[in-house]
Parts: sequence; structure tokens; C-alpha cells
Amino acid sequence: MTAALDRVDVARTAPAPGRSRSRTRHRLTVLAFLAPAGLGFLLFFGYPLVATVAFSFTRYDLINPPEWIGLANYAYMFSDDLFRTAVHNTLWFVVVLTVARVAFALGVASVVARLRSGVGLVRTLCYLPSLAPPVAATLVFFLLVRPNDGPVDTFLGWFGVEGPLWFADPAWSKPGIALVMLWVSGDLMIIMLAAVLDVPKEQHEAAELDGAGALRRWWHITLPTISPVLVFGVVNSIVLALQLFTQAVVAGSAASGSADVTGSTKNLGFPENSTLTFPVWLYTQGFRYFDMGYAAAMATVLFVVSFAATALLVQRLRRASHQEEGGPGA
Amino acid sequence: MTTAVLGPPAPRRPRDWRGALHWVAVHSLGLALALMFALPIVFVLLTAVMSDGQAFTKDLWPREWHWGNFAEVFERAPLLEYLGNSLLYSLLATAGMLLSSIPAAYALAVLRWRGRNVAFLLVVGAMMLPPQVVAVPLYDTWSSLGLTGSLWPLIVPYFLFDAFSVFLLRQFFLTIPRSYVDAARVDGCSEFQALVRVVVPMARPGIAATALFCFLYTWNDYFGPLLYTSEVPDQWTLSLALASFKGMHHVQWNLAMAVTLLIMLPAIVLFAFAQRSFVRGITFTGVKG
Repeated sequence: MTAALDRVDVARTAPAPGRSRSRTRHRLTVLAFLAPAGLGFLLFFGYPLVATVAFSFTRYDLINPPEWIGLANYAYMFSDDLFRTAVHNTLWFVVVLTVARVAFALGVASVVARLRSGVGLVRTLCYLPSLAPPVAATLVFFLLVRPNDGPVDTFLGWFGVEGPLWFADPAWSKPGIALVMLWVSGDLMIIMLAAVLDVPKEQHEAAELDGAGALRRWWHITLPTISPVLVFGVVNSIVLALQLFTQAVVAGSAASGSADVTGSTKNLGFPENSTLTFPVWLYTQGFRYFDMGYAAAMATVLFVVSFAATALLVQRLRRASHQEEGGPGA
Repeated sequence: MTTAVLGPPAPRRPRDWRGALHWVAVHSLGLALALMFALPIVFVLLTAVMSDGQAFTKDLWPREWHWGNFAEVFERAPLLEYLGNSLLYSLLATAGMLLSSIPAAYALAVLRWRGRNVAFLLVVGAMMLPPQVVAVPLYDTWSSLGLTGSLWPLIVPYFLFDAFSVFLLRQFFLTIPRSYVDAARVDGCSEFQALVRVVVPMARPGIAATALFCFLYTWNDYFGPLLYTSEVPDQWTLSLALASFKGMHHVQWNLAMAVTLLIMLPAIVLFAFAQRSFVRGITFTGVKG
């Protein structure tokens, strides 16, 4: 297509009619560049989004044709105890992961930014775990904290502390997964480190001359300057928590002692549905019980919530970038 | 501070002393953090070379080094088959992503057209969308095409669209000075030639970083393969196979950790060779640029 366009070079030879023709040509070029991605967007995001909402009003088991049942799927959510459990678990992760990830990443970044030597090595080691596949990272953690003879329990034992049962205890399974997520949060740390290192040195020096201590400078200069990155970290963590699936499934089924990856549903959410996140329950309903209509209704709810989070991010970041362009005080 | 009473030279001294203390404090904290992140991986390595029996004990250090464990896992499970599936998924998806996302990112970063900002917002929106939201209709479609139970539903979309890669490539393309593209145009280059001859060579590190992220994302993916291939064991990827290695009572931890290390190996090797690309790519996924 572009080869054909190359041959028609009207713009130089005929100025008057050429202008509209070159505009057409420009439009065709843009269209050619966008064609695959545009088609892909429609096929893999546009259509399924609309279809998800449509499916959510039906009863559909993949074999028989979808049957229109109105709002029944949404009404059922109110009587579905496990739906409530799943919402509760996911909200737990949204709150805990967001606070913990942002605070932890910021803390690590602030320490690493102050290093005079070994920055590269420390940064590499902090980032390395986030390269591990989620399945592997969860299993590594599972092994580390395994009751009685795991290294973490051994370590706690030196201080006379008896470790919890972690992934086998409903009270500790979610904190356990949160710790896995912190261990692999190196990407957010690197983003924050870059932001912290980008804070103009002059501002710190000026404040230091005015007698501001390190803590006050961090609070009054570093934090406000990197606030767009903090907003990004918050929204990124919310989106991550909303789609938490792999770590929950792997931790739950590993702790249940079942080596079964495909068959039964009894190990999803183990122990006592404490790891049953919203996506896990959606997956169970849709792809284990083949209640596609109910799964679609849950997906619609998930979409609305994720969309709200993303819209918030875009709005906040736009405001931040406008402020930057307008200079200080704008 | 009461040091002023001691006379003029005194104020410098405590500052140096405090500076040194600060240096020691910060660096030991940094070292502790680095150890905290690295020790689990060291522990995995040590467990992977223990004997079957020792892996279940409190021991942290292997009594004998069973390097043969790495070979044994290949006998226990058809790992080569899983490796082939993982490579098929990751390599084809990455190749497809490059074909579809580079022109789209060029259109978003370099070309001027109405609706460009709206299109960019749609890309960001698609990037933030949890995969579970669109899973039901997509599974339905692939199932009616008879392609569930294979890796094609995972690979094909990359040949058309991958929101994250388009986003990341756009960020990299934006850093290329417009004057280079304009100069190419004045020299008579078409937009396609400007992309291939100017933008792609200049953005090579960025393209490499995007390809690395795409490869790693698909290599690490669990939800996709679980959805489409969990019922068909000979289509399993390594992540799916590793998940089936689990189970506290049946598993041999030394072998499970050997598999874990083998799965992490490509990521670590890639990272060792392309650390700079990685770090630049990650900072670009933040809010800068």
C-alpha cells in the first residue's frame, strides 16, 4: 500500500490541486499505519467489551444459545455469599497493596537514592525478583515460609517466635500474598528512584542553606516534586490489586496440597475462601462452572471499577503536566 | 548544638563525624535491602541442588551438591515440550507485536491527525483493562472457531494490537527530535521510509526494551495459558507446568526449585545483557516523557 503511495508524488509538481491530494495521501498514510492496530483494538477490546455487557444479561453455558434474563445475574450477586467474599478479599488487596507498595517502593527508592556507592548493584538486586514469573515467585515464597522447617520459621525460631501457618491459615494467606507482591515490586521502585533522582539538586541546596533538615527537605521538596509518580504508583497498584489472580490461585492450591492444575475447584480460594479474589471467582464461575452470563456480569463490574481508576489517573496526570508546563505557581 | 562554645574549629568536626555515620547507616540499610531481595533467590538455588531428603529439612546449606537435579527434572516432566510451547508463544507474540505496534506507535508519536489524542487515551484505557474483563466473549469466539486448546488465541492478537507495547514505543518515539523526521521528509522520504530508515534505527534501544517486556510478559503469563490450554497438557507452557509441580505433600522441593530456576533463567540472562534498556523502559512506563 505504501509503495503505491510513494509513486504518486503530486505535491511538488502541481501545487493547487496537489494540496488536497496530498492531504488525501496523508490521510491514507495515517490509515495504513493504524489499520492493524485499529482492527486489533476493535476485535480484542471494542467488541469483547460490548459483548461482555451484552452477555451479562443472559444465561449462557457455551453450548446452548444465550438466553436473555435481564438483570437476574446482577440481582444474584446480592445473594451470592462467595461474591461478597470475593469483593471483600479484593478490596483488602486494593487497600493494603496500594498503601504498602507505594510506601515500600518510595522507602527503598529514598534509601537507594542516598547511596554513594553500589547504587547499580543494589538497584539490580531489588529489581531481579520482579523478573520471576508470578507462579515461580509465589512458589518461592511458599517454600520460604513453609511451616516448621522453612527458613523464615527457622529464623523466627532463633528469637523464640513461632511462625504462623501462612498460606494454610486464613488470617495469614492474604498478608502472605501481599508480601510476595512487595518482593516483586522492583519496577515501581525503579520508577520512583528515577523520579527521586530527578528532583533538582539546587532546590535541596537552597533549602539546606535556609536550615531545613533532611526530613523536612524530603517532605517539602522531594514529595511534592514526585507527586505525579506517586499518583501513578497508587493507580498502578489499584489496577494490579483488582486483577490479582495468579498469585492467589497458586498460593491457594499449593497450600491445599493438591497437585491439580485444571480439574476441581476445591483448591481455589483455599483456605476458607481467604484467597478467593474477584477475578478468581469470575474465572471459577465462567470457566469452571461455565456460567458465562454471571461471569460476564462480574466482568462488567470489574470494568466499571477499573475504568474509574484509570480515568482518575489520566485526569490527575493531565493536571500535573499542565502545572509543569505553566511553571511554578500556575 | 552546643559545639559553638568549644571554639571555631569544632563545628566542622562533628559534621564530618555525623556525615560518616550517615554514610554507614544509609549503606548498611541499602545492603540489608539488597540482601532481603536477593536471599530468596540464593535459597532457591541452594534448595535446587539438595538431595530429595535434605530439601525437606531445616538445612539451608546443601550437604552434597546434586547438580544432576537440573537434568533430572527433564526426565520427570516433558519440560522440553513445555519449553517449546513457551518459546512458540513468546517469540511469535513478540514478533507479531513488533509488526503491529511499531507503525501504530509512529502514527501516535510522529504523524499529525485529528483524533490522535483520543486514540492515545484508548490505548491507555486498553492497557489498564484487566484481562478478565474481556475473557468471556473472547473465549466464546475462539471456542466457536475451534481454536481453544491451542496457543493461537494467545498469539494471534499480538499480530494486530498490544496496548502496552504501543504505549511504550510511543514514549520512545517521542524522544526522537522531530527535525530528523522533517529532514527525511524534505529529502523525499515517504512516511514509511522515514519510519524504517530514521525512526526505527534511532529508537533501537527502545524497541529492544519493548520487545524484552513483551517476551517476558508472555513467558510469565499464567492466566492466558490456563484459560485456553489447561485441558490439553501437551499445549502447556512452562508457567502452567510449574503450577502443576506444586502441592505440599507430593512435591519434591529440590526439583520444583530447579524448574523454577530454569524458568527464571531467560529473564535473568536477558536482564544481564540489557540492563540499561530495561531500566529506561521501566522509567518510561511511569509518567515521564
